[in-house]
Amino acid sequence: MPLIENGRIGEDAWSFIPDGEPVPNDRPVIISFERWQAERDSFEGRNARLGVRLKSGTLAGAIAADLDRFSLVALEFPKFRDGRGFSTARELRERYGYTGEIRAVGHVIPDQYLFLVRTGFTSVEAPEGTNPDSWANALKEITIAFQPSLDDTAPLSLLRRKLKVG
Amino acid sequence: MNHIAPGARAGIYHYDEIDRQFVAERVEQFRKQVERRLSGELTEEEFKPVRLMNGLYLQLHAYMLRIAVPYGVMSATQLRKLAEIGRRYDRGYGHFTTRQNLQYNWIKLEDTPAILHELAEVDMHALQTSGNCVRNVTTDPFVGAARDEVVDGRVYAEILRQWTTMHPEFTYLPRKFKIAISGAESDRAAVRIHDVGLLARRNDKGEAGFSFYVGGGLGRSPFVGKLVREWVAEEDFVAYLEAILRVYNQYGRRDNIYKARIKILVHELGLEKFTQEVEEEFARLRGPKYRLDPEIVEGVRQHFAPPPFEEPPDHSEALERAKASDPAFANWLAVNVAEHKAPGYAIATISLKPAGGIPGDATCDQMDLVADLAERHSFGELRVTHVQNLVLAHVKKDELYDLWKQLDAAELGSANAGLIGDIIACPGLDYCALANARSIPLAQAISARFADPVRQRTIGELGIKISGCINACGHHHVGAIGILGVDKKGTEYYQITVGGDPTLTTEIGDILGPAVTETEAVDAIEAIVDVYLANRTGEGERFIDTLRRVGHAPFKERIYAAD
Repeated sequence: MPLIENGRIGEDAWSFIPDGEPVPNDRPVIISFERWQAERDSFEGRNARLGVRLKSGTLAGAIAADLDRFSLVALEFPKFRDGRGFSTARELRERYGYTGEIRAVGHVIPDQYLFLVRTGFTSVEAPEGTNPDSWANALKEITIAFQPSLDDTAPLSLLRRKLKVG
Repeated sequence: MNHIAPGARAGIYHYDEIDRQFVAERVEQFRKQVERRLSGELTEEEFKPVRLMNGLYLQLHAYMLRIAVPYGVMSATQLRKLAEIGRRYDRGYGHFTTRQNLQYNWIKLEDTPAILHELAEVDMHALQTSGNCVRNVTTDPFVGAARDEVVDGRVYAEILRQWTTMHPEFTYLPRKFKIAISGAESDRAAVRIHDVGLLARRNDKGEAGFSFYVGGGLGRSPFVGKLVREWVAEEDFVAYLEAILRVYNQYGRRDNIYKARIKILVHELGLEKFTQEVEEEFARLRGPKYRLDPEIVEGVRQHFAPPPFEEPPDHSEALERAKASDPAFANWLAVNVAEHKAPGYAIATISLKPAGGIPGDATCDQMDLVADLAERHSFGELRVTHVQNLVLAHVKKDELYDLWKQLDAAELGSANAGLIGDIIACPGLDYCALANARSIPLAQAISARFADPVRQRTIGELGIKISGCINACGHHHVGAIGILGVDKKGTEYYQITVGGDPTLTTEIGDILGPAVTETEAVDAIEAIVDVYLANRTGEGERFIDTLRRVGHAPFKERIYAAD
């Protein structure tokens, strides 16, 4: 599936290994959170990078203690309307200080891309046949953000312009 | 784009270049979204929330476009534009809503980009008037004018308007999210039936702070908002709200649309556990990034500086003369006019509830007239109330008679604010795709039955609220008399509740008995009124107090005894 990064289709170095299938040791892979919980010892001493995929009902706190083991956290959107991932990503960044890749997987539309970036996502798995222009445009079409987030840490952001009034 | 600056005289937030650029970009974004839908790139399922966040609903007969009126305050220039749009793109009228917005009920999809463009000319839009996001923040329609005001709610509502606009984390919430702020001793914003209700107050040092009520709401499971924190200091205002929304976004139910509002989360977690989650999140969020700097508040407050009041004597001879000579005016004065904080001024409610009329509807000619009157008598500014009326907040007492005569000539002079004719009704089955029964014809029939202004005033304070389905857009749960339309095998029936109260002493009404037909409903309301009048102690006892004292029995007996 096309991977969107920085507004462009990029190379995906990662692959998701479904539960039950053998995990290759020589390349970056993503496993499910459930598999991580059940087989975590088997990943001791692994050299290749490891990523974990969280269902939308699994919140940031569930993986917080293990974050140093993962170079990537993939957050699932079962439906694009299910916005829990926006909070999970933000908690991973701001509450737990996670600096690795955060990827949106599942059902996400370009109209959400700006929100994803602003809440700390670094990449998005888009559906086959997606229109790359829509993703590129999504980062450019709205240039005003009224509140602070991951991309703008100034206190209260744009409200500060009101200091100039009068 | 050709911006028409709103009159600079009244307390209205003036867009700056950043606000304007944002709206322009957002209009263009929607135009592209419509194109992507038409090309098939967006599925109907994907387009729907996008469309809703632009205020566009698909109703029974046509599209409905809901225009945001931030905290219900607008300029005469803006109202004139709304009239112009209603004339050109709708059928010559608009409908003011319980969320202090305006909606057009007969819009064509292909006209919407042009309408949004025209709205942008007067710094208006339809953003976030629908969808599972934070909706338009509402407040006291007497804000900045009421004699009992402690804190000016517009300042904080405007801060929230900006804060919640395209919030990256909270635009795909489990369900819609409504916030109301009241900063006066009387609650005229029904704060405890909102997802978050804020009571702005001052401590003994004179500093502003907020009581947070969370989890109020009507619909199929009505709840009164619960006090989550008694005092949140002004500097923590945004942080605390952010904490509440984050807890809701993470834990709110997404498996069942009817259980997705925050009221269900608060109910299921329990107040203690919910509060603990919010407090934990708040403790962590609190810090420089979210601190609301007093200087920012001051900067926003300057937009709402009081208009240049003259200093007329508080006692108006002209008013006294008019009162003595014209009983109809005297009646309107007693019912629709409230005390202003500035001497010599008054707050006038313009009723959109003429006898037999459609609650909340105004023709475009009426809108033009109100815009003119706002310019002549109220510094070019007006408000929409959550009971679907309009307010001119700063009228010189000397000019009230002149104002009323002009209103009355345009069927806008009904003296029924807060009385039995001041009915809230949702659009119901005449327009709405969700409704089970019509609301409007029943509202018309009841207001026609009680048309006599003297009879209305004799009855006194008595709010009737009608919803055409369980979603309760007509707030029937908190009507002193509430009416809920239900469908029984294809026939419209109406279930009557009594004892609801939307003010700070919030109560959800109780069902009085089996549902009745439309004709029976009007008679039943009259019977309830008769029983009240027969039982009340003196002129002063309100319906709600008589009901609390004598209970349901005498009312039930009268309505259902004949069966």
